[in-house]
Amino acid sequence: MSFTRRRFLQTSSAVAAGAAGSQLLGVRRPFAQDTMSFEPEPGAELRLLRWSKFVQGDEDMWIANTKKFTEQTGVPVRIDNESWEDVRPKAAVAANVGSGPDVILGWFDDPHQYPDKLVPLTDLAEYLGNKYGGWYDAAQKYGMRDGEWIGLPLGASGARMVYRQKWVQDAGYEEFPTDYQEVLDIAKKLKANGHPMGMALGHGVGDANGWTHTILWGFGGKMVDEDNNVVLNSQETVDALEYVKELYQSFIPGTLSWLDPNNNKVYLAGDIGATNNGISVWYAAKNSEDPAMQAIAEDTYHAEMPVGPVGKPTELHLFTQAMVFKYSKYPNAAKEYLRFMWEKEQYEPWQLAATGYISHPLADYANNAVWTEIPKSTPYRDCVKNMLWNGYSGDLSYASAAAMADYIIVDMFAQAAAGERSPKEAAEYAARRAERYYRV
Amino acid sequence: MAVDVNQRRAPAAIEQPGRLKRLSRSKGMMSLWFMMPAATILLLFLAYPLGLGVWLGFTDAKIGRSGVFIGLENYAWLFDDPVFWLAVFNTFLYTVVASIVKFGLGLWLALILNHHLPFKAILRAVVLLPWIVPTVLSAIAFWWIYDAQFSIISWTLVKLGILTEYIDFLGDPANARASVIAANIWRGIPFVAITLLAGLQTIPQSLYEAAVIDGASPWQRFRYVTFPMLTPIIAVVMTFSVLFTFTDFQLIYVLTRGGPLNATHLMATLSFQRAIPGGQLGEGAAIAVSMIPFLLAAILFSYFGLQRRRWQQGGSD
Repeated sequence: MSFTRRRFLQTSSAVAAGAAGSQLLGVRRPFAQDTMSFEPEPGAELRLLRWSKFVQGDEDMWIANTKKFTEQTGVPVRIDNESWEDVRPKAAVAANVGSGPDVILGWFDDPHQYPDKLVPLTDLAEYLGNKYGGWYDAAQKYGMRDGEWIGLPLGASGARMVYRQKWVQDAGYEEFPTDYQEVLDIAKKLKANGHPMGMALGHGVGDANGWTHTILWGFGGKMVDEDNNVVLNSQETVDALEYVKELYQSFIPGTLSWLDPNNNKVYLAGDIGATNNGISVWYAAKNSEDPAMQAIAEDTYHAEMPVGPVGKPTELHLFTQAMVFKYSKYPNAAKEYLRFMWEKEQYEPWQLAATGYISHPLADYANNAVWTEIPKSTPYRDCVKNMLWNGYSGDLSYASAAAMADYIIVDMFAQAAAGERSPKEAAEYAARRAERYYRV
Repeated sequence: MAVDVNQRRAPAAIEQPGRLKRLSRSKGMMSLWFMMPAATILLLFLAYPLGLGVWLGFTDAKIGRSGVFIGLENYAWLFDDPVFWLAVFNTFLYTVVASIVKFGLGLWLALILNHHLPFKAILRAVVLLPWIVPTVLSAIAFWWIYDAQFSIISWTLVKLGILTEYIDFLGDPANARASVIAANIWRGIPFVAITLLAGLQTIPQSLYEAAVIDGASPWQRFRYVTFPMLTPIIAVVMTFSVLFTFTDFQLIYVLTRGGPLNATHLMATLSFQRAIPGGQLGEGAAIAVSMIPFLLAAILFSYFGLQRRRWQQGGSD
């Protein structure tokens, strides 16, 4: 490695000094001189595979930042885009065959499926964590394995309740409620007024998994305990299923078949009063030249995900992180590229350009102007802070990834909502399915 | 003397070439050389992946981990997995219903197109359209057609006053199964129709003339001339049609991802879901391998069943 020991010690000591000093004051402020860099290998060139943009500003600024990196280091970076759901299989194949992009922006537990194929990023992650106020808990959980960082969290494509202000006010609420019982109440009123809610219960990886996990955990239910024993068949789970069964009665018809794009389409058609989604719905309406869309954007507001009986946020969001593969001939260049892109000078303008579509995993970026300059982005600010991880409260593993890919939680809620099984039977059935993956 | 000996030996050397030369001139060797490229392609791109898939099915391979031999454990777990059996049921239902309807409608369309119709060439081209359009594109079109809120079918029926509310095409398990089967039928008919049409055009006209002279009715002409002459091509077409339908993936993946409640999961989609997004390569391979016996049975039935002379002549076993 071209990153010399001496240079690392200089950086580490500066970072450590800064961190220690700030901890005495109860906060972790960045130290002025804390910089770190990895010297790219001679002749290095990089290939990055990332998910296709959800909002145009993201891609434009990502490319601009990458161009800046190339100008400063001379390392060309080729950026390949794939539909977000296709990144996972491509990353898996790259890991399996030992060839492919140097860096991949993957999802959820991807790094935990092939940890030994990845370049450890501990030095870089610790440096960034110390410099920018520390990593949020869920980000650490996603990025680390056995004390080593194997992924570098980029953030979450967070989901919030997206709603039409006027219709919510017509239903007697000033803003969309965050209490479960009030959500049930407003859902009934919205339906009575002809503007029902709708949230995906089909095999939509992002939306369906997001809100169903949030409610399951909000009632205290979970798939596994800390020792990865399946505990899904519990009274808390049944309570969550009873709740969703009642909530579903107020949904617009057809949500059992909804994939990720459905709620966006229906919301923009003005057929529903509220749904759970990223900021992309509002962004699409705002940037449309159609006056009807502009009016929808004007009336669209965002609220934090409801908090359940457990009394604290229990959210699940699409979480993305960078992975550097061991087959890469230029690991230093890759790490330097990631460092550059994660630094405040690049990260904050990128987050702003994307109107906060990606919520940060580093605490200091909560001060980014995006959360104040664009008020409708503000509810998305704490997505990662409020987040739990897939497979909570067990480990991220093959089992957690497989259980999510098999839609065990989504199907459980869909079965109870549709009346295909009683909540108790749905919980038992889902627990049996989960045990297949969590078997020793 | 020495000169004489050399003179005698020289012609013998020309007549008896070296072993390598003789080998290269051998007919068998030449055949082997000509077969090599095809054999290499078959081995590399068919036999090896198939063998690897079968092997993976006996391992606990996961993405990024090669796995170890676990015998029949994957199959034992699948045997106890209700989602797997639901996918098997769905696959059979999907294949049987779609194949029968595709055959019926395809044959009917072929018979119509075989007659002298105005704009015959254009009509034949139009019939091929569903087959030409990339599956993913037609699947996206169906996704809109079946949309719970924007379906053109529901909209029309509501506007005509036939229905009061939109049909939940993909949200109800029974509707979803019927909808994906209908989409598959729409897409598969042209293949059956055009291939059978090609078969129809090879039947000598003299046979029909002889049948007419013998006083055969149109149905008798179809039953005793057209159908028996067409059975070899029906065997081939239906073999392919069954294979395509049984292994369908794209339509389901775009329309439902196997939902709702796994009601439209086919073995192919479940195999992908478990192997790639789920990371369980061994189990995914085991599901894929489980399809092989069914596919072999379909092929054997088509080849050895439909081509039986007795069947072709209208008899039975």
